[in-house]
Amino acid sequence: MTHLNIALWGVCPYLVLVVLIAGTAWRYHYDRFGFTTRSSQLHESRLLGIGGPLFHYGLFFVAAGHVAGLLVPESLTDRLHVSHELYHANALLVGGAAGIATTAGLAVLLFRRLRVRAVRQATSRSDRIVHPLLTLVLLAGLAATVSGAAADSYDYRRGVSVWFRSLFFLEPDVPAMAHAPVIYQLHAVLAMALFALWPFSRLVHAFSAPLGYLVRPYVVYRSRSVVRADGRAGRRAGAGRESR
Amino acid sequence: MPRGNATPQRVMAQVAMVMNLDKCIGCHTCSVTCKQTWTNRTGTEYVWFNNVETRPGQGYPRGYEDQEKWQGGWKLKHGRLVPRTGGRARRLARLFANPELPTLDDYYQPWTYDYENLTTAPLGDDLPTAPPRSLVDGAPTDITWGPNWDDDLGGGPEHLADDPVLRKMNDTVRLEYEQAFMFYLPRICEHCLNPSCVAVCPSGALYKRIEDGIVLVDQDRCRGWRMCVSGCPYKKVYFNHRTGKAEKCTFCYPRIEAGEPTVCSETCVGRLRYLGVMLYDPEKAGAAAAVADERDLYEAQLGCFLDPEDPEVVRAAEESGIPHDWIEAARRSPVRDLISRYKVALPLHPEYRTLPMVWYIPPLSPIVDALTTTGHDGEDPAALFGAIDSLRIPLGYLAELFTAGDHAPVEAALCRLAAMRAHMRRSNLGEEPDPGIARAVGMDERSLTAMYRLLALAKYDERYVIPTSYQAPAPGDVDLGGCSLEAEGGPGMMPGGYDPDSFHAPPDTGPTPAGSATAGRVNLLNWNGKGRPAGLFPKRAGGQEQ
Repeated sequence: MTHLNIALWGVCPYLVLVVLIAGTAWRYHYDRFGFTTRSSQLHESRLLGIGGPLFHYGLFFVAAGHVAGLLVPESLTDRLHVSHELYHANALLVGGAAGIATTAGLAVLLFRRLRVRAVRQATSRSDRIVHPLLTLVLLAGLAATVSGAAADSYDYRRGVSVWFRSLFFLEPDVPAMAHAPVIYQLHAVLAMALFALWPFSRLVHAFSAPLGYLVRPYVVYRSRSVVRADGRAGRRAGAGRESR
Repeated sequence: MPRGNATPQRVMAQVAMVMNLDKCIGCHTCSVTCKQTWTNRTGTEYVWFNNVETRPGQGYPRGYEDQEKWQGGWKLKHGRLVPRTGGRARRLARLFANPELPTLDDYYQPWTYDYENLTTAPLGDDLPTAPPRSLVDGAPTDITWGPNWDDDLGGGPEHLADDPVLRKMNDTVRLEYEQAFMFYLPRICEHCLNPSCVAVCPSGALYKRIEDGIVLVDQDRCRGWRMCVSGCPYKKVYFNHRTGKAEKCTFCYPRIEAGEPTVCSETCVGRLRYLGVMLYDPEKAGAAAAVADERDLYEAQLGCFLDPEDPEVVRAAEESGIPHDWIEAARRSPVRDLISRYKVALPLHPEYRTLPMVWYIPPLSPIVDALTTTGHDGEDPAALFGAIDSLRIPLGYLAELFTAGDHAPVEAALCRLAAMRAHMRRSNLGEEPDPGIARAVGMDERSLTAMYRLLALAKYDERYVIPTSYQAPAPGDVDLGGCSLEAEGGPGMMPGGYDPDSFHAPPDTGPTPAGSATAGRVNLLNWNGKGRPAGLFPKRAGGQEQ
């Protein structure tokens, strides 16, 4: 067990988690005004109409796949009489399809961002880092999924998943990850980089998923006093920013 | 206003506006002063909280009234009100790309000119020009549309054909109509009683203020989902493409809070805007927005407004936490007179079911002019009443704008305006007053004269009756008018009493360091313009202040 392995798989995940939580809290406290999707639909609507939903809905399936693959232990699926073949075929087909959809959506969005002048001009510095990183994470993940197609392939449920779950018990199983194929390691490192950058980029909009809308009455009434109290607490935001 | 109705459980107040279209000369002063005040920033180049459009015309953004396309406002679904663009689940499903969002091309691509070229172009045979540049990406651009491109019917029938209101009328009417007249329609946010922009906001960032009914966007809560932009049928919520947040007309709330009119009203050259308080019953408003026939929406909304002279209403208003000066202001409200008493003001597009609160007095002048050119006496009441009826064409257009196509209320309003003209003409010429004129429109001579005063002569404080701000009690706060800490001289009171002007004074920049050239001098930003404070002028050489 080298020092590098300990640093990467034993220390880094916790550092990233701290940065993610503290960074988001910091951003929410000091830059609530910056919590936005930074949508560029006003400049270009047609390509976004294809790429946006494709990418985001694909991403939901990808996220669900990660939950199933990383958090659900093999013993549980065994007890539910899900055979290995069925599990992996499902992971390959559904996971692969979701990954391809997400990548295709991102490709459309990237094309749009590079080719539509107004959108390219609206690209911020953090976008320039996050977009390539997102692409690399996706491609590495997709490559790992595809590599699982071979019959004698690496079973991530006995390596990567064990390491991932061990993180939550504060006993990181470093060897489990250290022996994983390079493509999985690459995917994990890139993903950690992405999560570390998360609070400082437009990705924060994921944390403002408006689920409360489903249970809220349509028309919102607010009293001036509430607005004033908020405005006072956030004085540094500037008086004109309260409401517009 | 029908009395004897059940006493309202709850009363709410709304600061509302009425615009007299007869007086609008289409000078765009309101638009320009509004833009200088609110949207002269990067990201809002294309945004006009106030715009003036020529009708017939496409408006801004182009064809915004075509709700088949934009899906703004509300619809009735099995008798229940649902945003036209779909319910909550459908909205969330469309979160990643809003299919109904207008793009910049629907508004217009904002531009500037490359003025630098005028001075830096190399010496040549031709005069250098300042070519247009896009304000969005800086690239050379062609100017093909603007916020009032079809102003004064510019572009002619080609552009007129895309007016959604005209499209509802048949073609023969249209040709005649194009020769008949045009008029200007200044538009701001309607600050609706049933705002659909608020209803479609997934983040709950848009809200209607309890105290004065102004609809605002909480900039710290907005997440840029841009549903409000398409949800508003008037397209009066805009997306700031720099900050990624929605912005809209604020009804100049900092001014309203201080009892001052909005910038667009203050600077209106024709003095055609009126501001005042309307009291209404929120329960009735909910039912009014859901009446089955859209032609009943105007009457239904009228029915929501409460009479501040009615002691029952006053009692209910006080119980709802509306302060006495607001009820007093509602009694003196010019807006209430024009909407409820004289019934000459009409809502814009009530069929959107948002219960808009910026109302319009339909234009009469073109009818008088048209009548005069055909050899009639344009001011003769009999000829005028007849003409209003026979000139179905503008009436139909106005009805599509103001009453969901119902001619009767528009005709009644125009007849009242015509009667007022005829009555005042007789009175000015020293002729015998004809009580029949007033009776023909269901009014009396005194109210005709009062209406004339309000429409023609009303001074600043008669056109703008705006009480200063208050804070509604928090829900559940039952202690009303009891032992308040904010009583005169109480510990919650500002020293010297609450002065709305001082509330909006510029921030104190702190003491000037000694030794600085401006030490002991007054900061002009903090000077209220009254008197001559010490330190206004530099000291003379002798040490005495000038």
